[in-house]
Amino acid sequence: MVVGPSTPVSDQVPLGEEPTEAAAPGRVIEGRSLGQIAWRRLKRDRVAMAGALVIILLVLMALLAPLIVKWLGQDPNGFHTDKIDPATQQPTSTFPFGAFDSKHLMGVEPPFGRDIFSRVVYGARISLLIAFVATLLSVIIGASLGIIAGFFGGWVDWLISRAMDLFLAFPLLVFAIALAGVIPDRAFGLSGDTLRIVLLIFIIGFFNWGYIARIIRGQALSLREKEFVDAARSLGARGPYILVREMLPNLIAPILIYATLLIPTNILFEAALSFLGVGIRPPTATWGGMLSEAVRYYTLPHFMFWPGIAIFVTVLAFNLFGDGLRDALDPKTR
Amino acid sequence: MKRRLAAGVAAGVALTLGLSACGGGTGENKSDTSGNNASTTAAFNVAVDKVFNPSDKKGGVMKFAISSDWDSTDPGDTYYGLSWNLARLYTRALVMFKVAPGTASNEVVGDLAEDVGTPSDGGKTWTYKLREGLKYEDGTPILAKDVEYAVSRSLEKATLVNGPTYFDDFLDLKGYKGPYSDKGKDNPAIDTPDDRTIVFHLKKPYGGFDYFAQLPSTAPVPQAKDTGVKYKEHPVSSGPYMFKSYSAGKGFTLVRNPNWDPSTDPNRKALPDQYDVAIGVNADDVDNQIIAGTIQVDIAGTGVQPAALGRVLGDPTLKARADNPYALRLNYTSINPKVAPLDNIECRKAVMYAADRTLYQQAYGGPLAGGDIATGLLPPGIPGFQKLSVYPAGPDNKGDLAAAKDALQKCGQPNGFATNMAYRAERPKEKALAEALQQSLGRVGIKLTLKGFPTGDYFSLYAGKPSYRNGNKLGLMSNSWGADWNDGFGFLSQICDGRVIRETGGSSNLSVNIPEVNTMIDQAAAETDVNKRNPMWAAIDKRVMEEAVILPGVWAKQVSLRGTETTNVFVNDQYGMYDYLAMGLK
Repeated sequence: MVVGPSTPVSDQVPLGEEPTEAAAPGRVIEGRSLGQIAWRRLKRDRVAMAGALVIILLVLMALLAPLIVKWLGQDPNGFHTDKIDPATQQPTSTFPFGAFDSKHLMGVEPPFGRDIFSRVVYGARISLLIAFVATLLSVIIGASLGIIAGFFGGWVDWLISRAMDLFLAFPLLVFAIALAGVIPDRAFGLSGDTLRIVLLIFIIGFFNWGYIARIIRGQALSLREKEFVDAARSLGARGPYILVREMLPNLIAPILIYATLLIPTNILFEAALSFLGVGIRPPTATWGGMLSEAVRYYTLPHFMFWPGIAIFVTVLAFNLFGDGLRDALDPKTR
Repeated sequence: MKRRLAAGVAAGVALTLGLSACGGGTGENKSDTSGNNASTTAAFNVAVDKVFNPSDKKGGVMKFAISSDWDSTDPGDTYYGLSWNLARLYTRALVMFKVAPGTASNEVVGDLAEDVGTPSDGGKTWTYKLREGLKYEDGTPILAKDVEYAVSRSLEKATLVNGPTYFDDFLDLKGYKGPYSDKGKDNPAIDTPDDRTIVFHLKKPYGGFDYFAQLPSTAPVPQAKDTGVKYKEHPVSSGPYMFKSYSAGKGFTLVRNPNWDPSTDPNRKALPDQYDVAIGVNADDVDNQIIAGTIQVDIAGTGVQPAALGRVLGDPTLKARADNPYALRLNYTSINPKVAPLDNIECRKAVMYAADRTLYQQAYGGPLAGGDIATGLLPPGIPGFQKLSVYPAGPDNKGDLAAAKDALQKCGQPNGFATNMAYRAERPKEKALAEALQQSLGRVGIKLTLKGFPTGDYFSLYAGKPSYRNGNKLGLMSNSWGADWNDGFGFLSQICDGRVIRETGGSSNLSVNIPEVNTMIDQAAAETDVNKRNPMWAAIDKRVMEEAVILPGVWAKQVSLRGTETTNVFVNDQYGMYDYLAMGLK
């Protein structure tokens, strides 16, 4: 940002504006912040907006899961053995999507006839909760360490960069399997599913900060050489102030973009852990866990189809929205 | 405990169980495969107690397949039922179970030996006499000292790690460790007064020694040809077939042994000219290939995969090719009396009454692929079996909730209680069982927290380790057992004898330690009269049930598919799978 002679020297004015637009001659810029500009761009991107809509619906579905399930009357863990033929272990309905009827919108699963729709709806809670919070954790750790490394440089940078290398090289899946296997039933004052969820969030979030830290560090390295940082420094601003007030606002865009793209990765990772049986304990429904059970019954495609499509749609929605957000916030990368 | 392969997509290798039947018969009748005991009409279950498509036609290449490898083809180093079944093609043990369908296979007959063993010294000494004219594949004669050597080398558990430990446990070895560790020393527990006589000396009397003598580890091994762990690549044949090629983990080929003399072997028909065994074929692909006819038998012998089950049972033509034999195995749940409040028998009874047995059955695959609802420990095929009704689960087998609530009242927990249920995480059926029990016990307020443990360490580190299971309050633990052969000793001794529980872990007995039962087991094991012995096992079964420390689940059954080209097909009750020795080709 150019700090022109007529502009009061302030560290607040330059913050929100894009240099190119601000420099356009003759245009009056009235309160159009970076956010507003990005929003206008985003609104024009139909694909991204569709992704956002799906995400909102999914979040609503997860939040309202108990109500939805209560309304349809099928407990996600309730057995409907009358819907399954005991000898063949197949749903009794001859409809292609297995025991599909008005009560069981997506059919029932062998061997106990649990309602797949209710389980998919409840599975969204686990998947989204873990993905969101784990992403938040990764972003907080990664962005903080990335800015610090990029801004201070020297031995701080060296230390943090080596830590990044370490975490990037970490055999995360193997570690997650091992840790989830040995974790006791009660730890840190938590127990049962709560403990498993917290643990999964920790594993997924804590070991994934390396990527985002690396990206942010690179951005911070170039930012700290920018004139406005020099200006702030020459006016006597000190490290922490520059970090938070000068650098961070300029890094919001890459952080947001990266977070949106990390969420689907984390959903897949959680599904993979559940698929391998080290995630949430049964009978709590998770998409990955349902998929893993469905593999044994691959001749009943509906059993695998619904949790599979749920993961697919969620990941796709986040990816589309994330792409759109990047285009909107950072048009140069388009 | 004999092992079996679990060929599921998600499951790994499963420990198994064995089978049992009565034994101790004598006689050497050639297996009878004619008359009323045979059928040529394809129908569901026809090969369970009859010979399907009886034939004496020789020739053809028999194609066997299996999804994962088993422990070893070395007769002294194997503990899988399928392997014992298969080993009879290329080895001959001292004695064998009669090759016949139904209960006829309970009879033990001579194989290398002319007849079953002769006990003396009150059951502490057993003598066998070999037939004349026995030869190896290279034409050299089979001598009694080769049998002694074979049994001695099977004691070397540091080298040959897989086999059963009956000879280690029962022979009066006087410190002898085996021919690798104690080079040049003679095994003091086995004498060979001449080339055709072999005498075993036991530490204590045991009436069922013929069951040990039928183990593949009594098949002769010439000392000069023993290559230790590599012997499995070419076990020297004493049977009708010998190894032509062997590829570790991929398969092997058996061809006719020119030096096998049918006149010395009344038990084997040896119909095919060759056996091709393919290892590592995808489990679902094995099912599909059997349906298509390009493979004749899935030698894992554990039935079709869940994916093929609906297809097989839903198609009348395929169903007519299927059989539904008992695996003579009990899938059950151990109830830990060392964990409060299950230390109170009334609370244990509440679990017994509240469990929905139909859900238990459903978890294991339903009435055909899963098994029959069990009312006691001994499966119906075991001699001495008595149907028990200690804790009836209501008229529809869905549990007796009134009785359960009554028991909870007496236990002082009228509103139920909370406890943990352990299961093997890699086993989908056990996971389903845990969910089923959680559901059905929840009806009377017994709340289960489900805990999956790694299958490989389930007995050594978790449920099987007393300090772990008691310290972590594992109240219920899924479990499974089958004996190595059809007899009460093999079935009950390892899961009902409290003295086999080790503080260091590893025992399959997770919950039973009743001094009275321990004594009853000793008495039954020493009894040499089979007709007195069998009722004694039934009494032990009842006594353990009364203590409510085992919730019986299902007596396992499976849905197996006959190959399109096979003849002489029947299920051998001793293995709970098709008899691989008798089968021929059209």
